[in-house]
Amino acid sequence: MELFTNQVLAGIATGAIYACMALAVVMIYQAIDHLNFAQGEMAMFSTFMSWQMMQWGVPYWGAFILTLALSFIGGIAIERLLFKPLAKAPVLTNVAGFIALYAIVNSVAGLIWDFTIKQYPTPFGSSPFLGSQLISTHQAGMIGITLLMLVLLFVFFRFTRVGLAMRAAASLPESARLVGINTSWMIALGWGMAAAIGSVAGMMIAPVVFLEPNMMLGVLIYGFAAAVLGGLTSPFGAVMGGFLVGIFENLVGTYIPGVGNELKLPIALALIITVLVVKPAGLFGRPIVKRV
Amino acid sequence: MSAVEEVVTEAPAVEAVPKRAMTLGVGTSLVVLAALVLAPLFVKNFIIFQMTMLLIYGLAVLALNILTGGSGQFSLGQSAFYAVGAYTSAILMEHVGMNYALTLPIAGIICFGFGFLFGQPALRLSGVYLALATFALATAMPQLLKLGYFEHWTGGVQGLVVTKPDAPFGLPMSQDMWLYYFTLAITIGIYIASVNLLRSRSGRAFMAIRDNEIAASAMGVDVALYKTLAFGVSAGITGVAGGLGAIAVQFVAPDGYTITLAISLFLGMVVGGVGWLPGSIVGSAFIIFVPNIAEGISKGLSGAVFGVLLFLVIFLVPHGARQVAIVAQQMLGKLKKN
Amino acid sequence: MTAMLNVRDLRAYYGQVQALHGLSFALNEGSLTTLLGANGAGKTTTLRAICNMVRSTGAIEFEGKPLSGRSTENVVRLGIAHVPQGRGTFTTMTVEENLQLGAITRTDKKNIVSDIERMYAHFPVLKERHTQQAGTLSGGEQQMLAVARALMLRPRLMLLDEPSFGLAPLIVRDLFKILGKINREDKVTILVVEQNAQLALELADQAYVIETGRIVMSGDAKDIATNEDVRKSYLGY
Repeated sequence: MELFTNQVLAGIATGAIYACMALAVVMIYQAIDHLNFAQGEMAMFSTFMSWQMMQWGVPYWGAFILTLALSFIGGIAIERLLFKPLAKAPVLTNVAGFIALYAIVNSVAGLIWDFTIKQYPTPFGSSPFLGSQLISTHQAGMIGITLLMLVLLFVFFRFTRVGLAMRAAASLPESARLVGINTSWMIALGWGMAAAIGSVAGMMIAPVVFLEPNMMLGVLIYGFAAAVLGGLTSPFGAVMGGFLVGIFENLVGTYIPGVGNELKLPIALALIITVLVVKPAGLFGRPIVKRV
Repeated sequence: MSAVEEVVTEAPAVEAVPKRAMTLGVGTSLVVLAALVLAPLFVKNFIIFQMTMLLIYGLAVLALNILTGGSGQFSLGQSAFYAVGAYTSAILMEHVGMNYALTLPIAGIICFGFGFLFGQPALRLSGVYLALATFALATAMPQLLKLGYFEHWTGGVQGLVVTKPDAPFGLPMSQDMWLYYFTLAITIGIYIASVNLLRSRSGRAFMAIRDNEIAASAMGVDVALYKTLAFGVSAGITGVAGGLGAIAVQFVAPDGYTITLAISLFLGMVVGGVGWLPGSIVGSAFIIFVPNIAEGISKGLSGAVFGVLLFLVIFLVPHGARQVAIVAQQMLGKLKKN
Repeated sequence: MTAMLNVRDLRAYYGQVQALHGLSFALNEGSLTTLLGANGAGKTTTLRAICNMVRSTGAIEFEGKPLSGRSTENVVRLGIAHVPQGRGTFTTMTVEENLQLGAITRTDKKNIVSDIERMYAHFPVLKERHTQQAGTLSGGEQQMLAVARALMLRPRLMLLDEPSFGLAPLIVRDLFKILGKINREDKVTILVVEQNAQLALELADQAYVIETGRIVMSGDAKDIATNEDVRKSYLGY
């Protein structure tokens, strides 16, 4: 039993990483209606920018805020330059665009910062949290930041006019235009916010997985899975999904014999898919209305 | 983000491509065929090998096109079917000693069954959910192939070496050239069969499902059957391509069939034009040659160059090669009038 | 009196298909005008063309300003509210959020609150359900919500696309009464597209009849109502 509890705790700690990323995934899904395959790479690039600033002597929180702002602007710029022209193109063409963006960002980061692994600092320290060997203060801090972002997002979408307009633009673009909402800019704003949230995720994750251009590959997949599991329409669900995926992954690794690190991912995904087959809108997604 | 979108009734992600628009006219087909038949006579063996791979990936893209362009289902798991086909051929040739040509239909049938079975749970999923499920399949496959239990057959991480067949009946041609014509014959056969499939009753059922699933079921189309069938057919063709691929590269190993391959095939479909079968070969050319070109332009930034080239293509022709074909056709039409 | 909305030689296209073939008409400020026609005559297209939601040529002027080249949202910002066919309800949001969305372009926050109260006075049923998801409302209630949402813009001109569609006759009567009241009391110019010609002609003061993308008749609603052809084709007696 103690093994079980410990694994669950460790799962929550890893899950915090996925929760963080899943939040960014849901954000962009709310704005543009698809999953952005390049999201992890954008987060990685942001994290490298913050690392570079710290190398230049900017203190942690200064770099944090600057990165947040630059990522926001960068996200908007990417949308305006690369994806606005594709607004009328078929969905699958847009997906190809995400893959192209992925290749570009990954390759450019590799060229600027090369592929060696770098240490990344944490503002929370890495001693055991409340005496537990399983959760470090960094992981606790990461969970705290994730929950804080969740609350901020909730407030933004529920109580601000821009948040309301964004929800409207995402759910019914044509009606949104008919009440005077500039839906095109709402999409750009969504990209900006997703990039900013992604940059926070990257900066929180980097101390755990170390900084390098491919650091987000696995994280993004788990982040997608978490978002899908929790329900793509629900930021709360995404965060819960993140923790669940983390726990899943750890339990699978512990209790199913012969599962190396390699098979953890497929098995975790298979479990998630089983859940989806039973509950296609995700655990916390909105109930399904079937319409003709 | 209305909840409505989360079920299969979401607006079709795949444009409705009318049946006739999915193929080429007879005249154009003959020209392309002549080019494919004659070209190897004038080039080096390495280029013939590349042309063989062009046809093989073309088949795999075609298979995805039937699934996505035909029935509107999305798959990031084609690499898994390709791997199963490749390993089936390789194991039958090397362990059983079967003739390479005979292994291909077996690879096709096994993959058909595999795809059909996989299509069952996939029935409940659509859009991003189906993408995730197929993605899981693609990531699981290389790991499964590495498993110790199967190592005797699969060769584990090392993989298997496959013998390249000689030309039969003492025909005076190189192994590469023979394999090319062999592949070409199979490709043409499968292409014609696919065109006929999409024109048949089943093809109409696929397209009805793609355009509006609920309306299709209201018309009496057995949606579940045809959706799984589409998965089966697509997997079967991919399996044959995988088998051919194993023979052509003379080697199978788990890391040859990762998610990267599935993503390449997806890009091939988009570049060729979703739902336009002849575009498959154009898409295949893109995924074979453009990475090389990118590498040639800049080694360090090859990924970025590839991304930029891909962006250029989708900016210029968001509907892929199909769009080029349509424009060309209109221009020809105008010329004829004058 | 100068025209508030002036449409000249309007042609609209869906891909290669031309849906409007040179439509011209004008709306006077404060008027309530109806656009009649059979299915597929181009009524909806006309409204969509005014809001630039369909590719069109020709000149449309609103209070002297040309509308061509403006995006839909910019047309709306001039004070043109469009109640689309099918109502365009934001089904996953609450009734109150739908109303707030109607006023999303306005900057006078204080008045928005009082306007919402005004809408509840017009449509008491919306007040009862203001925290409910809009998707759970009945068709009639959703239509009222759509009209209320449009009014939240404080529009100068309101375009309504078949507000009676799918509603019970009694509800339609209520709705039309309210439209008349809005037109008189709030001085909102209204253009309503209708298949229910009888009701529309009772309500309106001006009428246009449209057939296969062309205006075939125009004039006082009363005159149109007594016209032999119109009676036979649209009123059915």
